[in-house]
Amino acid sequence: MDIFIQQVISGLATGGIYASLALALVMIYQATDVVNFAQGELAMFATYICWTFLNAGFPYWVAFLSTLAIAFVGGVVIERVLIRPVENAPILTIVMVTLGLLVICNSVAGWIWTYVQKPFPSPFPERPFRAGNIVLGAHDIGEIQVTLLVLLCIYLFFRFTPLGLAMRAAAHNPVSSRLVGIRVGWMLALGWGLAAVFGAVAGMMVAPVLTLEPNLMGGVQIYAFAAATLGGFTSPGGAVLGGFIVGVVENLVGTYVHFIGTELKFTVALAMIIVVLLVRPTGLFGSTIVKRV
Amino acid sequence: MSALLEVQQLEAFYGRTKALHGVSFSMARGGITTILGANGAGKTTTLRAISRMVRTTGSIRFEDEPLERKATEDVVQLGIAHAPEGRGTFVHLTVEENLRLGAWGRRERGSMSDDFERVFGYFPVLRERRRQAAGTLSGGEQQMLAVARALMLRPRLLLLDEPSLGLAPLVVREIFRILRTINQTGVSILLVEQNAALALDLADHVFLLETGRVVMEGPSDVLRRDDAIRRAYLGY
Repeated sequence: MDIFIQQVISGLATGGIYASLALALVMIYQATDVVNFAQGELAMFATYICWTFLNAGFPYWVAFLSTLAIAFVGGVVIERVLIRPVENAPILTIVMVTLGLLVICNSVAGWIWTYVQKPFPSPFPERPFRAGNIVLGAHDIGEIQVTLLVLLCIYLFFRFTPLGLAMRAAAHNPVSSRLVGIRVGWMLALGWGLAAVFGAVAGMMVAPVLTLEPNLMGGVQIYAFAAATLGGFTSPGGAVLGGFIVGVVENLVGTYVHFIGTELKFTVALAMIIVVLLVRPTGLFGSTIVKRV
Repeated sequence: MSALLEVQQLEAFYGRTKALHGVSFSMARGGITTILGANGAGKTTTLRAISRMVRTTGSIRFEDEPLERKATEDVVQLGIAHAPEGRGTFVHLTVEENLRLGAWGRRERGSMSDDFERVFGYFPVLRERRRQAAGTLSGGEQQMLAVARALMLRPRLLLLDEPSLGLAPLVVREIFRILRTINQTGVSILLVEQNAALALDLADHVFLLETGRVVMEGPSDVLRRDDAIRRAYLGY
């Protein structure tokens, strides 16, 4: 039982990371109908920027917040410079642009920072929490808190601020949004900026566990895809819940199903994607999209 | 006094297809003008041209300010509110959120509570439904919401695209009664309608559009007595 609880909580910790990245994917998907395949690589790149700040001697949270600011600006600039010109192009063209971005981010990171793995610090204390026989890593607990805080902020932003309302409107109904005077293009750019911020949080939280290297987010992105598919690409809340479910399932299966162990954990995510797409393509909370043709 | 809206030699294009072939008309301040015409005559396109949602040549001036080079968002800021064809409801958002969005392009910020009171005064049903998702409203209620959302801008010119479409006669009469009240508060209205009888009753000036051209214009009580108009659009 103790092992079970321990595995669930550490599953929630990694699940929070999948949730952040899944939320980033879903936000961009909702606004532009495009899956940003480079989301994970942008997160990795942001994590390297944070590493650079830390190496230069900045305190952790200063580096953390500066990285978020840079990630936000970076996301906005990428939308304006790379995505805007192909906005009205066929979906495949935009997908190719994000795939290109993925490759570029990965290679440039390797070129600047090399492919050697780098240790990345955790801002949380070393000493684990103990409650009876249950031992919980401090980083796991901290990670869950950071994720929940980010989710709370973004919920409040979209639910209660005029700008958040305008961004939701622009994503759902761009034509009507223009007619009430919303600059839809800028709302999409802000969406990319926010998505880059979620990605950066995920990257900086997962790097202490996986150690930093240019392929840091490759696996995480697959899990985030599984999370978004499970929760529904049209439902931000669903994607977040999907992230936590994927994290927990991944951990439990790895612990209790012996032939899977740690080596085949990855397969579980892919299997989940396939099962969801076969059984319920819209995901748990997604809505069926009706398109007029 | 110069015209509120002055349109000259307006041509509009969807891809290579020309939808308007040199439309010219002008609109006086404070009035209700209606554009009549059959399906495909270019009524909706004319409104879309004013809101800069379609490529055009020719000139459009609003209070002597040229609109041709402006973006839709900037036209809104000048005080032109457009309740579009199909009502343009934000179906996922609540009625109240729809109304809040209507005030987004307003130049003066400030409190919205007066505006809420005003539009709820016109359309009390929207007050009852303010926390409801707008997609769950009936067609008539969504049309009221479209007008109310446009009013949140505190517009000087209201563009209305077929507010009667698909609604029960009783609801339509109610909406048109309120449009008159709104006009009396100083909002000029440019109305596009297929229901000629209703439009002629409400409007003081009429333009008749046929295949992208203005073929007739005049005060509505004159045109109402015109035999050709009566036969073609009023059916008696």
